[in-house]
Amino acid sequence: MTQTHSDYQLSQLDQLEAESIHIFREVAAEFEKPVLMFSGGKDSIVMLRLAEKAFHPAKIPFPILQIDNGLDFPEVAVTRDRWVDRLGVKLVVASIDDAIARGIVTDDGKTSRNRLQTPTLLNAIEENGFTAAFGGGRRDEEKARAKERVYSHRDEFGQWDPKMQRPELWSLYNGRLHAGEHMRIFPISNWTELDIWDYIRREEIEIPQIYFAHQRRVFERDGMLMTETPLNPLRNGETVSERTVRFRTCGDMTLTGCVESEASTLDAIIEEISVARLTERGATRGDDRFSEAAMEDRKKEGYF
Amino acid sequence: MATPEITTEKPRMDLLRFATAGSVDDGKSTLIGRLLYDSKSIFADQLEAVEKTSSDRGDDYVDLSLLTDGLRSEREQGITIDVAYRYFATPQRKFIIADTPGHIQYTRNMVTGASTADLGLVLVDARNGLTEQSRRHAVLLSLLRVPHLVLAINKMDLVGWDEEIYNKIHAEFTQFATKLNIPDLEVIPISALQGDNVVNRSQNTPWYQGPTLMHHLEHVHVASDRDLVDVRFPVQYVIRPKSDDFHDYRGYAGMVASGVMKKGDEVIVLPSGMTSKIAAIDTFEGEVRQAFPPMSVTVRLEDDVDVSRGDMIARVNNAPKPSQDIDAMVCWMTNEPLRQGQKLAIKHTTRTARALVKDIQYRLDINSLHRDQDTGELGLNEIGRVKLRTTVPLLVDEYAKNRTTGSFILIDEGTGVTVGAGMIIGAS
Repeated sequence: MTQTHSDYQLSQLDQLEAESIHIFREVAAEFEKPVLMFSGGKDSIVMLRLAEKAFHPAKIPFPILQIDNGLDFPEVAVTRDRWVDRLGVKLVVASIDDAIARGIVTDDGKTSRNRLQTPTLLNAIEENGFTAAFGGGRRDEEKARAKERVYSHRDEFGQWDPKMQRPELWSLYNGRLHAGEHMRIFPISNWTELDIWDYIRREEIEIPQIYFAHQRRVFERDGMLMTETPLNPLRNGETVSERTVRFRTCGDMTLTGCVESEASTLDAIIEEISVARLTERGATRGDDRFSEAAMEDRKKEGYF
Repeated sequence: MATPEITTEKPRMDLLRFATAGSVDDGKSTLIGRLLYDSKSIFADQLEAVEKTSSDRGDDYVDLSLLTDGLRSEREQGITIDVAYRYFATPQRKFIIADTPGHIQYTRNMVTGASTADLGLVLVDARNGLTEQSRRHAVLLSLLRVPHLVLAINKMDLVGWDEEIYNKIHAEFTQFATKLNIPDLEVIPISALQGDNVVNRSQNTPWYQGPTLMHHLEHVHVASDRDLVDVRFPVQYVIRPKSDDFHDYRGYAGMVASGVMKKGDEVIVLPSGMTSKIAAIDTFEGEVRQAFPPMSVTVRLEDDVDVSRGDMIARVNNAPKPSQDIDAMVCWMTNEPLRQGQKLAIKHTTRTARALVKDIQYRLDINSLHRDQDTGELGLNEIGRVKLRTTVPLLVDEYAKNRTTGSFILIDEGTGVTVGAGMIIGAS
């Protein structure tokens, strides 16, 4: 019997999916207490779908952790709750307000909520004894991420040391930890923004409505369009107008900008992404713009 | 001329992983920059950030290596210290580049990048010809059994597009390659800076009949590099829903390492040696008729045999031999040398055990390919042939036959760090 190789080909999306499922299963098998960090954005929703596939027909064998910064878009919580209900997974919410109230983090009034997420997250990981935390980071997002491992080691302070990363060969992941340390796991490291959108379309995955074009009252700040909200007071000279916009990422409402867009369907979004000239983070994330090494610095401290 | 357009409809688009080797001096970053730029994978804000940094430093050109040198410490030192992964796509293929630094002390990064590569791209400067470094890169790619190799002779514009120079380097490399395992070689004359033969065919090389680099990357046939004959299915995880709907469900989840598995196949479970038949191959979308590499699936067996993580499913008449005595080429990746008598953790497929270093037989000089048999140890970035004894049997194949079941990593049990990468030569 002769077999021809062309009968046994996987598309690149199927190959990426198979690799991600492999990573989810490795972690579930090797770590005592994994958790999936869920931001509500499209990447973490794709992660939920991949985890669902990895363990089907069993339920996802670990909980979901969300950091509530009090500044999330309401549409994100709606989508999250539908996913959590359908999957029947446990949801752990760690709130920044709660962490401030308990004296775990200090709000000096100057530090952004984005920065306060890090100690809140690290505390939640420590309190719950999580040994592995899945994140939706992709290597195409940012230069510091381009060099991060799939299994990314964090010391007992939750810090990432880019110069001391473990070599990662073949599909052999090293999950060894000492007490108090944990591992960040990035199952979609090799996906690009376009892959995520192609997959959302192919799988008909439900994502928050803010990704699609809608009418919104916005103002311009630092070259970005920000949403009007009492949580983010206007500064001198800023004026609000209603425009047709959509978001490319889901983050802190006070830092995440939107883009003017008429793309109201997945096809239209994919068309738009294909010709986009700005990365999603460069275009709409105030938190990555502070310095060229902004992401690297936050990652070292233990950011997502 | 037109550059490739990114299309959105690409259901059957496949994937090519390739590793690049060479130093900044060879124009590697410029070449990668060009591949990314010509496939529209560099965004305006990334280019702007690079332009700004270049002008802040007082450079009078845009340093495209800044696109790939991601960490602050690297930018400060002007060197690449780690493997960086880059992505671009054309209508034919998606590409994952493992961009590895070319410096002598970073063999471990090159080995890491090559471990998952379908193709290795070695860059040489036409003015210098083959250097010790380019030979070393070819040796490592061969050792890691990267099936396709491209030798890109760069800066051809600086040697007047001289065919003789191309021929000389080509011949010299072919001669050298006879000592290696390189099943497929393509030698391409290019100018990364000017773009000749990168994406567009050069007008300056009428004597060159081969493909452009991009054309070769898009069309090189990698599907047949997979082994579709020898079924190897390392069990990762046992799925037992324990729900009312799936009360007695027991599935063995894993990724097919090689071979084609079909419902009804007679299989053997190792190391127990129990036999059964495949009752079904499940995915989230439902049952599939067959599974092949690199699919992640869940296999159910007809009989209630004991199977757990670390076991392997193979065919009754075609199974790897369980063995505790492993003979392998090991690349050592940490400062403290590897010595005889040392004990380490070993991870092979989904099986983890402990290993004792019985003997270091020789150290391979990757410049001369000389085997130094007087060595008692392997230092950082050295490669040598090592005999190991493991606490439990491993289910191994030769690395030359199977890159998944033939590879392992060694882990320091104290620090938890990955300290070695192994490629199995044999087992007894």
